[in-house]
Amino acid sequence: MSVSLPEPLRLFALLAGAMAFVGLNAAYLVWAERKAAGRFQRRPGPTEAGPAGLLQPVADVLKLISKQLMVPPGADAVLFRAAPVLVLVPAMICLAVIPFGERWVAREMPLGLLVLFAFGSIQVMAVMLGGWASRNKYAIISAARIVSQDVAYEIPMLLVMITLLMVTGTMDLGEIVRQQAGGFWRWHLFRLDANPLMPLTFVIYYICMLAETNRAPFDMAEAESELVAGAYTEYSGMGFGVFFMAEYANIVVGCATATVLFLGGWQSPIGVGSGPVWFLAKLYGLVFSVIWVRWTFPRTQFYGLLNLSWKILIPASLFILVLSGAALQLSGS
Amino acid sequence: MTPPPATVQAPGSGETFLLNLGPQHPATHGVLRLKLTMDGEYITRAEPVCGYVHRMHEKMGENRKYAQFLPNTSRIDYLSAMHYTHAFVGAVERALGLAVPPRAEYIRVITSELNRISSHLVWFGAFLLDLGGFTPLLYAFDDREQILDLLEAITGSRLTYCYYRFGGVCHDIDNAFLEGTRAFVARMRPRLRLYHELVTDNIILRNRLIGIGPIPLELCRRYGATGPVIRGSGAAYDVRKTEPYSVYPQFDFDVPVYPEGDSMARYRVRMDEIEQSLRIVEQALERLPSGPVRAEGVPRVLKLPAGEFCCAVEAARGRFAVRIVSDRREIPWRVKLRTPSFSNLSLFEEASRGMMLPDAIALLGSLDLVIPDIDR
Amino acid sequence: MTPSPEQIARELASRFPPSPPADAPPPAAPALASTGGPAGATPAEGGAAEAGTVRMLDYARCGCHLEAHVQPAQVVAAAALMDQFGFALDTITGLDWLPAGRMEIVYDFFHPHATLRVAVRTRVPRDQPDVPTVSSIFPGANWHERETHDFFGIRFLGHPGLTPLLLPEEAAFHPLRKDFTG
Repeated sequence: MSVSLPEPLRLFALLAGAMAFVGLNAAYLVWAERKAAGRFQRRPGPTEAGPAGLLQPVADVLKLISKQLMVPPGADAVLFRAAPVLVLVPAMICLAVIPFGERWVAREMPLGLLVLFAFGSIQVMAVMLGGWASRNKYAIISAARIVSQDVAYEIPMLLVMITLLMVTGTMDLGEIVRQQAGGFWRWHLFRLDANPLMPLTFVIYYICMLAETNRAPFDMAEAESELVAGAYTEYSGMGFGVFFMAEYANIVVGCATATVLFLGGWQSPIGVGSGPVWFLAKLYGLVFSVIWVRWTFPRTQFYGLLNLSWKILIPASLFILVLSGAALQLSGS
Repeated sequence: MTPPPATVQAPGSGETFLLNLGPQHPATHGVLRLKLTMDGEYITRAEPVCGYVHRMHEKMGENRKYAQFLPNTSRIDYLSAMHYTHAFVGAVERALGLAVPPRAEYIRVITSELNRISSHLVWFGAFLLDLGGFTPLLYAFDDREQILDLLEAITGSRLTYCYYRFGGVCHDIDNAFLEGTRAFVARMRPRLRLYHELVTDNIILRNRLIGIGPIPLELCRRYGATGPVIRGSGAAYDVRKTEPYSVYPQFDFDVPVYPEGDSMARYRVRMDEIEQSLRIVEQALERLPSGPVRAEGVPRVLKLPAGEFCCAVEAARGRFAVRIVSDRREIPWRVKLRTPSFSNLSLFEEASRGMMLPDAIALLGSLDLVIPDIDR
Repeated sequence: MTPSPEQIARELASRFPPSPPADAPPPAAPALASTGGPAGATPAEGGAAEAGTVRMLDYARCGCHLEAHVQPAQVVAAAALMDQFGFALDTITGLDWLPAGRMEIVYDFFHPHATLRVAVRTRVPRDQPDVPTVSSIFPGANWHERETHDFFGIRFLGHPGLTPLLLPEEAAFHPLRKDFTG
């Protein structure tokens, strides 16, 4: 796939593939989340539409599509309509550079990691725009929260990335995965020689990812018991649906990034039989843990969230950065 | 992660805006409206606006015979219907000097305490929902369902019970109920431990509750706050102990008191109360006397002697008191209903000043309000 | 330290004595009415008890230990006294004695640390139901007084905001008045 198609067709395939993936992924992650939440809560989850409720997402989408898109009076109509699109597009672009397998990547780039983080941080801005354009007090509070949350969590996330970059020495995602071939002890998660605190680095990344994707326990932007639906309060129909799709797409991008950087991407944990199956297994394993966290923990306090970042995560990731530099110097690589 | 002190002065230009929380809002559990004057996310003034579900129960009381008004009382606080009917029949029994058979009193205690547990379970789930934890609600409702089934079998209702009668209870309980209640008590204890392990010990929950929304005892007293609110502020005020009614003096139970006054203290009081209620139910089942369940010769239409008769009970949310003023007719001259949520909410304006919005939601949830109980 | 009902009764009786008739000599000592039955009476004589009467009640019968009748102007001082004793405000309510042409306001108190219930009562003429607010002493009275104003139209002078609490904002009727017709 990476070499066989001429450029315009390739672009088209990428777009169609990404959109289909984002749509299906969102629809069936919602189904999976509802099923999983059901199990966590000792109930069956959706059962009515289709076998095991498998047609539930179709019904949901049909319902959302058939609903009127409301623009509240006084809202900034252009920004209000643009926000869902602005949330979704960066997530799709991010998907383009993620290597699902040795040859399963839409566009291999030497600076793939940079693309991930450049576009990954846009989506937060777009949610903020949507909240601000809604002309709703809850949405504006939510927008203000998103900005401070984003500022607080971009920093430790990027510090963690620099640490990892020092270990990998490249921003090419495919190359990063190839470095981790040969069994799970070669994954960056367990590269204790490069940095004895590597598992902690992963934990910091994971927490930041939850915060960046606005997932519980950091779902300050939506916080339905406080802000009704936060930035999404005024959105109806597919406007809301697109935000929802983007949320799940972003979870997948965040988890895919973690898979590539820490868990060896498509590499098999036992060293043989590597392939996209492993990538998807790791990816959706992480996604499941994100769902698990959401249905287990209560929401943090907003200042608790900021304190966690500024007082714990940023110092810790700075320390790891220094430690990693020292370890690499000593080992002479 | 220490929260900023509750009295923190909001930063910024001092420009405030009005935030209308409710009457339709996920955290108000019904139709309560809070007019919040906000400075950023800090609350400078919170004014509760009530009355959206006002039904004028007190006027209805003046237009109905005693037995006709009795079902009304279970609709005031729909989560603690047993206690409310208990207060009303208690006031009438006081006025007539009716002696209630011991078996009936025991049955009242058992059903009242089961009702208290089910009410606290609803609170537990709803409170965690306020804090953004979705799952405990379903666990709590699973347990509550057992109680509802038990009570439904003997009372015929699942929520708005009208089971107590002047001089006793409607009908006797059966073996299935006794067995079911025993099984429930045996089931509930490990479940409580589970809740403590999964929820109480959770670090996020602790950070959200400890030190949040402190209510000093003095504030409780001046506002007349009762129930778990005053017990979470350090006073062992429980109507079952201070103004004993029914056969409560015969049981060995503790009144959980926590002096901190924060949301965590109120949380712990209610969780401990579930345990204490289980103890009472256990003892009552053990010593349940036999005999009739209704006093003999209670006339169908009651006429109370002239005068005023009060009866207070410890409802799930605190002190509920009925004052009946009778002029010897078969219809009361006046029925005054003193409800706990009313007083508990009235201190919110003072207690929430300077808090951040999510903390105020935690405080509101820890007061355990039932809106029809406020609005009557 | 929790006060006994007798102690409170003596204190109430000495602070709020009956206003002596112009020609009668003042009583030598505040008289405690003997333990009586339930308070109140038929609507015609309702609220007839003289201000200054303090009665011990049969708790088992009427759920209240003590009631004191005071002048409307004295309710603030009475509330302050109850506050000193450490009481909490239970509720405030009205009673419309239409045949007698009066309205009565009942202040219920409970003690957070003792088995003790006290009712302080005062009566006002129906055509001019004015009584000072006690919300400066018990802030919780604010809502109870608003509610009583809603239902009975009793005006609490000096109240910070006597707007309808449970009734609609524009409500100009008082449903618990006995002459109210829907």
